[in-house]
Amino acid sequence: MRVPLSRIAHGRSGDKGDTSNIGIIAYEDRWYPVLVREVTPERVKAHFGSLIEGRVERFELPNLGALNFLCYGALGGGGTLSLRIDAQGKTMAAGLLGMEIEIDERELTD
Amino acid sequence: MIRIANGQGFWGDWLEAPVRLVEQGPIDYLILDYLAEVTMSIVQKQKQADPSLGYARDFPPLIGRIAAKLKERRVRVVANAGGVNPVACAREVKRLAPELKVAVVLGDDVYERVDDFLARGLELKNLDTGEPLTVIRGQISSANAYIGAFPLAEALGTGADVVIAGRSTDTALALGPMVHEFGWRADQFDLLAAGTIAGHIVECGAQCTGGNCIADWQTIPDFANIGYPIIEAEADGSFVITKHHGTGGRVSLETVKEQLLYELGDPQNYITPDCVADFTSVRLVEDGPDRVRVSGIKGRPKTPFLKVSVSYLYGFKALGTIVYSWPDALEKAKAADAIVRARLAALGLKFEEIYSEYFGANACHGIAAPVNAQPAEVMLRVGVRGKDKKAVDRFTRELIPLVLNGPPTGTGYGDGRPSVREVVAYWPALIPREEIVTRVEVVE
Repeated sequence: MRVPLSRIAHGRSGDKGDTSNIGIIAYEDRWYPVLVREVTPERVKAHFGSLIEGRVERFELPNLGALNFLCYGALGGGGTLSLRIDAQGKTMAAGLLGMEIEIDERELTD
Repeated sequence: MIRIANGQGFWGDWLEAPVRLVEQGPIDYLILDYLAEVTMSIVQKQKQADPSLGYARDFPPLIGRIAAKLKERRVRVVANAGGVNPVACAREVKRLAPELKVAVVLGDDVYERVDDFLARGLELKNLDTGEPLTVIRGQISSANAYIGAFPLAEALGTGADVVIAGRSTDTALALGPMVHEFGWRADQFDLLAAGTIAGHIVECGAQCTGGNCIADWQTIPDFANIGYPIIEAEADGSFVITKHHGTGGRVSLETVKEQLLYELGDPQNYITPDCVADFTSVRLVEDGPDRVRVSGIKGRPKTPFLKVSVSYLYGFKALGTIVYSWPDALEKAKAADAIVRARLAALGLKFEEIYSEYFGANACHGIAAPVNAQPAEVMLRVGVRGKDKKAVDRFTRELIPLVLNGPPTGTGYGDGRPSVREVVAYWPALIPREEIVTRVEVVE
């Protein structure tokens, strides 16, 4: 079945210059492998379309049940240069949590 | 065990937070983080206009307000409020709170040393682009090295009630008191990493106690009286994140995890002046209501470099808005945007970038936003950025006429034409750490 990522995860996002960092955290440890399987760097880049100009890099934090994404060239120049309202990428995590993922009903409810 | 509380996540954070931290329960150290990159260029400009300024001006009045409580409860303060003028900041604190002993940490401000660095072949290459600093030499407005926890610990060693630093790292404000109290050495990298990660968790104030928390935010109690974070630090490097009893907000695995990931790069290589911390070693367990215990943290040796942040005048920008009501609000806003761009092109104006957003439709998330076929209103915001101030200024006159000579229902232009703003940009670079020698002074 397809559910929004927000069903199994929360997160927070911020900035490092023109790079947006998006942390995504499984609500339950058993959903961490689902994050690893479903939330790939390619899908993150496609989800935001032209908002992310560069590549997306993914880091794994199994100890927190979390993934950290670095999205390069995602903040319109970043910091003071950016002409975007979300120049610090504060809302990017909420935006990614709206992405649909594929999950077995059993994975969701067990 | 010592209690270290953070009462300020940035210059402009809630003024009541540090007062409440001191009054509403036991703490040993009050740390206050004032400096963002943008702050350094602002305070440098203030110092150029008036040599007695150039620091976080909220800080001395705060210390004046809480001085008696600090003395009575034996709470010591560590803050990077000094900006580019820690001594002037300390003098103002002494004027408002003469009963407190105040020490400053100096040596991070390298604005006057830039030419010397360049002459000696230190290129201060941009970490992102690789360009040498000479490219922007004429436009520099500030230059500071990020310093770590040991100079802060040294300042606490003078017995000062208040320690004022310039550009110390945010995390060092928490690690400094631990180094001072527990006698941690510069080669105990696991311990230094633990203190660093504790500092990372609390450095944005209430962002680890329920503020900006996505997980179950509707159930987080009493935001109006949110408690700011307290580290209960142990000499073995383990610690608990908590807040005062009776305050609002929440400390949970979720609130702490979200903040651990905030502004994080490569989690195994969190580089600070004191160590390289490994966020994949962090172990979290719940430890009662509003308490999370953190342990297991590993660190590695510090690098041979310190980071230097140079601010410089980049160019100019302006941003203006018009609101369109339904029906067809988004279509009207898009038509208005096309008209503005056509008029700018007809004037022959050149910009580095023209960027348009549609608030109420998709400004934050672009194609990732849900589609609303008939939003009640949409705000068009058009921004331009360029090196030519005249072109940016001309742009600011192109929006309001649309209310009369463009699509119908344009409104919300009451603030007049937008202002032209200077763009100060940041140039991150590395410098061999032996170039930066800090020193501590007690200010009488």
